[in-house]
Amino acid sequence: MGMTVVEKILARATCRSTVKVGDVVEPAVDLAMSHENAALVINQFQEIFQDTGMDATVWDPSKIAIIFDHRIPAESSKTATNQKKIRDFVATQGITKFHDIRGDEGGICHQILPEYGYVRPGYVVVGTDSHTTSHGALGAFAFGLGATEMAAVWALGRVLNVEVPSSIKVVVNGSFGEWIAPKDLILYLIGRLTAEGANFRVIEFHGSAISKMPVSGRLTISNMSMEAGATAGIVPADDETELYLRQEAGVTDDIERVLPDADAVYEQTIEIDAAKLVPQIAKPHMVDNVSPIDEVEGVELNQIVIGSCTNGRLDDLEIAAAILRGKKVARGTRMLIFPASWRIYKRALESGVLMDLADAGAFIVNPGCGCCLGVHQGALGDGEVALATTNRNFKGRMGNPEGEVYLCSPATAAASALTGVITDPRKVGA
Amino acid sequence: MSTIRGRAWTFGRDVDTDLIIAARYLTMKTAEELACHLMEDCDPDFAQSVKPGDIIVAKENFGCGSSREHAPLAIMGAGVPVVIAKSFARIFYRNAFNTGLPILVAPDAAEAIHQDDELEVDLRTGTIRDLTSGVDYQAEALPDFMQELVAAGGLLPYLKQRHGGRAGRTETGDTAAATTAEPGDAGRD
Repeated sequence: MGMTVVEKILARATCRSTVKVGDVVEPAVDLAMSHENAALVINQFQEIFQDTGMDATVWDPSKIAIIFDHRIPAESSKTATNQKKIRDFVATQGITKFHDIRGDEGGICHQILPEYGYVRPGYVVVGTDSHTTSHGALGAFAFGLGATEMAAVWALGRVLNVEVPSSIKVVVNGSFGEWIAPKDLILYLIGRLTAEGANFRVIEFHGSAISKMPVSGRLTISNMSMEAGATAGIVPADDETELYLRQEAGVTDDIERVLPDADAVYEQTIEIDAAKLVPQIAKPHMVDNVSPIDEVEGVELNQIVIGSCTNGRLDDLEIAAAILRGKKVARGTRMLIFPASWRIYKRALESGVLMDLADAGAFIVNPGCGCCLGVHQGALGDGEVALATTNRNFKGRMGNPEGEVYLCSPATAAASALTGVITDPRKVGA
Repeated sequence: MSTIRGRAWTFGRDVDTDLIIAARYLTMKTAEELACHLMEDCDPDFAQSVKPGDIIVAKENFGCGSSREHAPLAIMGAGVPVVIAKSFARIFYRNAFNTGLPILVAPDAAEAIHQDDELEVDLRTGTIRDLTSGVDYQAEALPDFMQELVAAGGLLPYLKQRHGGRAGRTETGDTAAATTAEPGDAGRD
């Protein structure tokens, strides 16, 4: 019987010729990622070794990545002290894939890992962040876990008790219409699957629309596969994956593509015609509360956010600039831009994209996650409404349970910035 | 010890981890501190009203969203000894067992139990008895590994007991650690 991508990756990571859905395995980990919650992982990790007489050393410091992104620069002395503790641990353990608060190599973890070539097709990637699913965009099996489980990974180099998941095959053919983006595709899919529809399952993406999609868009759909509950969202590696890793990440060694067998077995297959997609909006307070834009056009907005690990990439910012260039963000609405990394920030600076956005009235903020989860910058006031390209609109996101968050693509966010109300980008254009 | 008796607090579907413990409280360190804000954006009075021993009963997809372990910690901090739901989101499901919070998947019970019902739960057998309605329910059996985690009290004590810290590393070729492994402990798969 043929294997899916996740089955092939798990077979290889457990030195077996084959695995099947439901097998319980303990895969070796190729990359273990944490952000500021590494402080919690450190506590749990040290606890494992307490009273054992063994030194608390990680299994392989070259396979651990720690990226500061959730509260940067520190918003409080508590955070700064946590970050200091992590810095000390990184130095003591010899962890090399560490991205501190720096303009030359900083950014959001889910952008830094691809950008620096830390993730390769076929890797088992774990992260103490639910959106670790992002890295499926490069053909890896990447999933989120909690701090205690990560402590065990740091000690053992593998994940205990992983049940081989079944896969849902999503085939997207056709071409996206003008101003329609991968974000519209994934919001549509989440609405169709529901927030639980892919729980304990992997989504495997196929079809001509995926083949033609750049890695930036693939990162968006893999990132948000989590919002359908998926363990992982995998785009099997292809020429585009390799091109990205060579050109963007500077990878020079061999890249092995792990592809599904032709007779791989899927739990279900969902076919989507990209040409039929219209702009999608996830309404408060669930990501699967999705509707076509015409049902929510005209909703008044206090804040618009473009950025985050979901949609803070250069092409996202370029689309926004194309819509806003020479125009103005509507008075009464504030627009925040959070690029996904400093590399992206600086490219957008060089190309004039950030200048165009700032001249239009957008407020450019440093790369980071704080606004999306509501712990640092960009909070909502009571009763305020936001439209964001981020990935969650749960009650309390953006820091205020009395606020509301709608989710959309960068084009929809930019078009809405011009009017101050939810606006179909196809009606504004550039 | 494995039998728990408490009052039911019912919740709907898709209770996400931001509702269980909002991100603005994540800098708090202890379970007790976190417990003061448990379910705050869902029910602002809950944290003040819930009593140790009370049981959370929810519909589908409990714990969806962020991977934050503060969620099961906050629940334990409030003295809630078990969560019963129709289903749990994967990361929360694993975090609960890893941190030592027992959870039961029991669709029938989660559908039928009412707010304030008096429940008796046998964690060992998965039997849920609604003393108010007089109806018994059976939770789905836990996978073997999860039973071991429940028995150990979470992943850290499990690792200490079974693997002597990092002795489980032997499979990946760390020969130094192999010498500390207890016989039979290496090679769980």
